[in-house]
Amino acid sequence: MKIVVTVKLVPDANTEKRIDPATKRLVRAGVETVLNPFDEYAIEAALQLKERLAAAPGSAEPATVTVFSMAPESAREVLRKALAMGADDAVLLCDAGLQGSDVWATAYAVAAALKKVGFDLVVTGGLADDGNTGGVPGALAEYLGVPGLTNARAIEVADGKLKVQRETDTGYQVVTGPMPALVSVTMAIGEPRYASLKGIMGAKKKTITTISLAELGLDRAVGSDGAKTEVRELAAPPVRGKGRVVEASDGAQGAQVIFDYLKEKKLV
Amino acid sequence: MNFDLTDEQRAIQATVAEFARERVAPRAEEMDRNEAFPYDLVAEMADLGLMGLPFPEEYGGAGADTVSYALAIMELARVDASTAITMAAHVSLGASPFYLFGSEEQKRRYLVPLAQGRMLWGFGLTEPGAGSDAGNTQTKAELRDGKWIVNGTKAFITNSGTELTGGTTITAATGTRSDGKPEITNLIVPQDTVGFTRSKKYRKMGWRASDTRELAFADAEIPAENVLGRRGDGLRNFLTILDGGRISVAALSVGLAMGAYDEALKYARERRAFGKPIGKFQAIQFKLVDMLVEIEHAKLMTLKAAWEKDGGRDYAQTASLAKLYAAEVSRRVVNEAVQIHGGYGFMDEYPVSRMYRDQKVNEIGEGTNEMQRLLIARMIGL
Ligand SMILES: Cc1cc2nc3c(=O)[nH]c(=O)nc-3n(C[C@H](O)[C@H](O)[C@H](O)COP(=O)(O)OP(=O)(O)OC[C@H]3O[C@@H](n4cnc5c(N)ncnc54)[C@H](O)[C@@H]3O)c2cc1C
Ligand SMILES: Cc1cc2nc3c(=O)[nH]c(=O)nc-3n(C[C@H](O)[C@H](O)[C@H](O)COP(=O)(O)OP(=O)(O)OC[C@H]3O[C@@H](n4cnc5c(N)ncnc54)[C@H](O)[C@@H]3O)c2cc1C
Repeated sequence: MKIVVTVKLVPDANTEKRIDPATKRLVRAGVETVLNPFDEYAIEAALQLKERLAAAPGSAEPATVTVFSMAPESAREVLRKALAMGADDAVLLCDAGLQGSDVWATAYAVAAALKKVGFDLVVTGGLADDGNTGGVPGALAEYLGVPGLTNARAIEVADGKLKVQRETDTGYQVVTGPMPALVSVTMAIGEPRYASLKGIMGAKKKTITTISLAELGLDRAVGSDGAKTEVRELAAPPVRGKGRVVEASDGAQGAQVIFDYLKEKKLV
Repeated sequence: MNFDLTDEQRAIQATVAEFARERVAPRAEEMDRNEAFPYDLVAEMADLGLMGLPFPEEYGGAGADTVSYALAIMELARVDASTAITMAAHVSLGASPFYLFGSEEQKRRYLVPLAQGRMLWGFGLTEPGAGSDAGNTQTKAELRDGKWIVNGTKAFITNSGTELTGGTTITAATGTRSDGKPEITNLIVPQDTVGFTRSKKYRKMGWRASDTRELAFADAEIPAENVLGRRGDGLRNFLTILDGGRISVAALSVGLAMGAYDEALKYARERRAFGKPIGKFQAIQFKLVDMLVEIEHAKLMTLKAAWEKDGGRDYAQTASLAKLYAAEVSRRVVNEAVQIHGGYGFMDEYPVSRMYRDQKVNEIGEGTNEMQRLLIARMIGL
């Protein structure tokens, strides 16, 4: 069984960021690129599935985990982290013509690439830490023409069928479906493992294949030319005023002041 | 000349830093207070591959180099010196002798489980009456009816009495050489040897969550084949091990200093006096800058020693220089870090107070500052 995990490379959330007013894009210089933290959960889910399938009695061919990303060439080093965690190989869709892709263009191009790579199961994160739309998984399932089982907190494969626990606000639904399929996962799937040091040492020996746009032979423009959305305006969030500090002689008096304030705002 | 780390070295450093921050740091204060050896953390470190980091994969290791090893120790010591010494002593004192001097069979039997972190091992050189003067080994072993009969005592042996410990390799006098000096041999003493006992853990000022004990041998019987390396090479072999151990303690000292600096810098930004953060006072700024200068210097020297070792060069002198300097830097840095914290630095709940206590042994273990100076003086021909 071939499991493909789609991962996005995002600017490290812990560094200060700037938007270039001219291009309305993030200034990447000086900002470290990391694996989208939510996609580490997707990798974890795929690796767990692979391990469980390997341990199952009478399992046929061993499962493999491929990580896939549409990203610039500089993404290679970040993909090594996914390989160090235990993925078997990686594929990078990399082309200047992909710059400026929106959700639609991303899903369209990634779907074409995944068809080329081949898969039984695609596992995605729920959300990218930067773009933050959560739109790619659904669109991707549509363009792949496979069932999209989103927000999974647990994945099971038995008899070639897929069973996931789909997280909702109040609990979870049990959803089943045929394969091939796409599953997006939530953080409840399990804490991502650390890359083992042996894994790090072995990652260099694993292959990262690059695919270019031309190889996909797309019939529609992607990148900024094909984007169906356009970022018109960008603004930094308003600077928040200083909070009010309550000074009180003791805890009870302080609590009273805070309570009065909340009451006045009709919050309690 | 090139100061870039390789991709692997960088990835190992980042992974260990993350592990240290997330898994070790939150527990450091409690482990120190309770003198609690962290079995669960050691198990996680084993899974990560830390316990066999520099050994080849065929012997259960991660196949990384000494530079990676030094970086890993630095990152652990940055948050907790006890956890760092548990790993460092295990790798460079416990497991290394098997890697360097063991027969193929001994490597399979001992090195593999040690590198996998399933077992810990002690290195027994120091005795109550033989520390700096390690050649003055009083522990004796006699070959009788195909068995070594060992008698004597070892002092301050790290990792010697945990539930995971499989045994200790010791130096013992096994006879007299032709020049009249004692013949010293390394013997492998398994934990379940009859006549071999461990004391309770010492109660220590620092490294309190690490396991340090006194060992006693009273007619302890071990099989004749439990010799590591050649008979008579015991002292020379252990001194070779200590060359590598100096990189460990240098890295541990650098890491500890980095941790104290991190805390002091953060505190200098937060703590206010006379209406501004204390970091705005030049006296505090200069302290932090001086700390950074020395840390950077000690770190470069330590990594250089590791790099020399990886390149198969003679690294003994650089390792000694690095160990001596880094140990002293760690003292100055923790001292100033506490000073920057004022009265709070004297309180248990601030990490710098633990770092202050953990620091001292850096200047004692694996060769005191004085012995490093003597050693280096000899190396420069004095
Ligand atoms: C400031 C700013 C505003 C933007 N606004 C919009 C907008 O309004 N509309 C719009 O369509 N686009 C917008 N974009 C572009 C957008 O961020 C993305 O580059 C792209 O649309 C992917 O969507 P996402 O990041 O929201 O991914 P999500 O849909 O949040 O990602 C979910 C999952 O999809 C997978 N995935 C996403 N991207 C990739 C990839 N490149 N390679 C492999 N797997 C991937 C991952 O598994 C990920 O966890 C904006 C970009 C910026 C910088
Ligand atoms: C926490 C801890 C863990 C340890 N773990 C281990 C371990 O795992 N295995 C192991 O074998 N040992 C271990 N040791 C022992 C350590 O290596 C010794 O304590 C150290 O070598 C010093 O020996 P000593 O304590 O006997 O001091 P001594 O040798 O008695 O030294 C006392 C003082 O005299 C000075 N001095 C001695 N000789 C000279 C000289 N010729 N010129 C000038 N000054 C001199 C010393 O520098 C020191 O200041 C550990 C020690 C500690 C505290």
